Amino acid sequence: MKRSLIFLMATAFILFTGSAFAADTVKLGVAGAHSGDLASYGLPTLNAAKLVVGDVNAKGGVLGKKVEILPADDVCKPEVAANVASKLVSDGANVVLGHICSGATKAALNTYKEAKIVVISPSATNVDLTKSGDYPNFFRTISPDDSQAKLEVDFALNKLKVKKVAVIHDKGDYGKGLAEFAKADFEKRGINPVLFEGITPGAVDYSAIVQKIKNSGADAVIYGGYHPEAAKIVSAMKKKKMKTFFISDDGVKDDTFIKVAGQFAEGVYATGPMDTSKNPMAIAAIDQHKKVYGSDPGAFYLNAYAATICLLQAIDKAGSTNIDAVSKALRTNWFETPLGKISFDERGDAKGIGFSMYEVEKGKYVEVGK
Amino acid sequence: MDYFLELFVGGLTRGSIYALIALGYTMVYGIIELINFAHGEIYMIGAFTALIVASALSLLGMSGWSLLMLAGVIAVIYSAAYGFTLEKIAYKPLRKAQRLSPLISAIGMSIFLQNYVLLAQTSDFLSFPALIKEFSFMENVTIMRSSELVIFITTAIATILLSLFIKFTRMGKAMRAVAQDKTMAMLLGVNVNRVISVTFIIGSALAAVGGVLISSHIGQINFYIGFIAGIKAFTAAVLGGIGSVPGAVLGGLVLGWTESFATGYVSSDYEDVFAFGLLVFILIFRPSGILGKTSSEKV
Repeated sequence: MKRSLIFLMATAFILFTGSAFAADTVKLGVAGAHSGDLASYGLPTLNAAKLVVGDVNAKGGVLGKKVEILPADDVCKPEVAANVASKLVSDGANVVLGHICSGATKAALNTYKEAKIVVISPSATNVDLTKSGDYPNFFRTISPDDSQAKLEVDFALNKLKVKKVAVIHDKGDYGKGLAEFAKADFEKRGINPVLFEGITPGAVDYSAIVQKIKNSGADAVIYGGYHPEAAKIVSAMKKKKMKTFFISDDGVKDDTFIKVAGQFAEGVYATGPMDTSKNPMAIAAIDQHKKVYGSDPGAFYLNAYAATICLLQAIDKAGSTNIDAVSKALRTNWFETPLGKISFDERGDAKGIGFSMYEVEKGKYVEVGK
Repeated sequence: MDYFLELFVGGLTRGSIYALIALGYTMVYGIIELINFAHGEIYMIGAFTALIVASALSLLGMSGWSLLMLAGVIAVIYSAAYGFTLEKIAYKPLRKAQRLSPLISAIGMSIFLQNYVLLAQTSDFLSFPALIKEFSFMENVTIMRSSELVIFITTAIATILLSLFIKFTRMGKAMRAVAQDKTMAMLLGVNVNRVISVTFIIGSALAAVGGVLISSHIGQINFYIGFIAGIKAFTAAVLGGIGSVPGAVLGGLVLGWTESFATGYVSSDYEDVFAFGLLVFILIFRPSGILGKTSSEKV
């Protein structure tokens, strides 16, 4: 009799805790490529989420509940991503970290939008995801593809006060893409670039295009491309005693550029990723990964780490997982993350992360502004 | 007007370099009817040799014109040795083979030499010192830089010397004879192997001169510079009439000017479109190039 009573109580206790676990957790969907040839982009995010959730749960979870991870593998394919999103929704995910690839993210977002779930991607850089305004539930902790161009334009207009600009690119996907963003940004602010031209990478020399820049009377050149051509153009400009500013991107923010262009590199501006290597949280997060998984973290690890922190803290501050409350919390609060102190703007892009402007000073790139 | 002149000078500089390289293409083609695709690599090796020699010598405290001369001469000798060896290894054994074989061999040598420099040196871009100093009398000239003047004058002198050499020396005469009819020249006692070797040596030396001058003007090199320069110079040689020495120079200059003016007055997006469009246009009306002689059945 006594024994059966204990048994009954024990069963009730197990059932109770069991049901508490099942019904009362905050479910964090982590979607991305966890297998296939792009798994190396997706798995670091899952690792980051596990580490952050482990820490948060050890301190009591959010809203008094434990956080539970629902991994979802989309192999970076849009058609799979849409199915994965439906599955996460039916499994009751409250918020989603992901997806990894821009195409897959786009395919999944409508499902989350209808289900009223907040999504943060650590790695999807496609501009339209935020810029189109179609996905008010979407946030990201990585800079969109046009952020460098935007920074270049801001810097040229606000800091250097230029009136006439020439936009030059190397006809490649990267260089031309940035140049087109920069051109569009200038036009939006009422300045039509006097030149918009592509050069042939590897050509014997660029004296003709340099001459053309000089002749156009531009105060600044925005160059989209990589450092070998930039070094040639900058040298030719300086040798012609031109005072035109030269502003470029992280394809040029490379020490090889300074080595090759030598004294002519002085005063060249280039955008580059903000330095997070000295951030104590970043150092701790990387150490934690090494300790738990025995290896260096992979791509987008810190972005995912930051995204998870923002997401969970926003839920805590919002007091619920309701889409409007969480979105508002993400936009109004600043979060301490391994990427620095960040918040989110109206569109869902992170503020406080991304690129800085650097200038070559005495043979070194020095940060001059954000 | 200044703008026009500046574009003219820019085109002249570029065209001069094309011409120096094209001379090697055209001479080799004239004599053994081979398109030496590894020629651009000789140009690149010349530039690398000059860089290495110049870095070593400037450590020893040398500077100015003597440095340029010494680095240039060593680069020329070294490249000439490469050209000579190239012919002995890759083309001579194939001289009696069908025409495609030496062509494939040339492409193979081109890839080999590129990768050799890539592995032996570096894949990075390297800074090349400005070996050509600014002249004091050029200080107030805005349309032309000293290095451009040096490039132009060197090309002019090299072309004139080469023409005189071909016209008046015994070796030049032998070259012309071999170009006309190899078997007949051999029967008359011309040492054909020697003539071919000399052709490769001269062509390689000119390419090295071009390599040193343009690298000093531009200020950077890497293992891949020979490829594009080689393609452009080959185009120039065909444009001018492959096999013809004045044709190569004219072809180089025309190509240089076309590119420069196309960039200056139209758009640099279309630089290559204009350059190769011109080639097609000229070949339609003069299939053997501007100064080429019509001959039956060449490649």
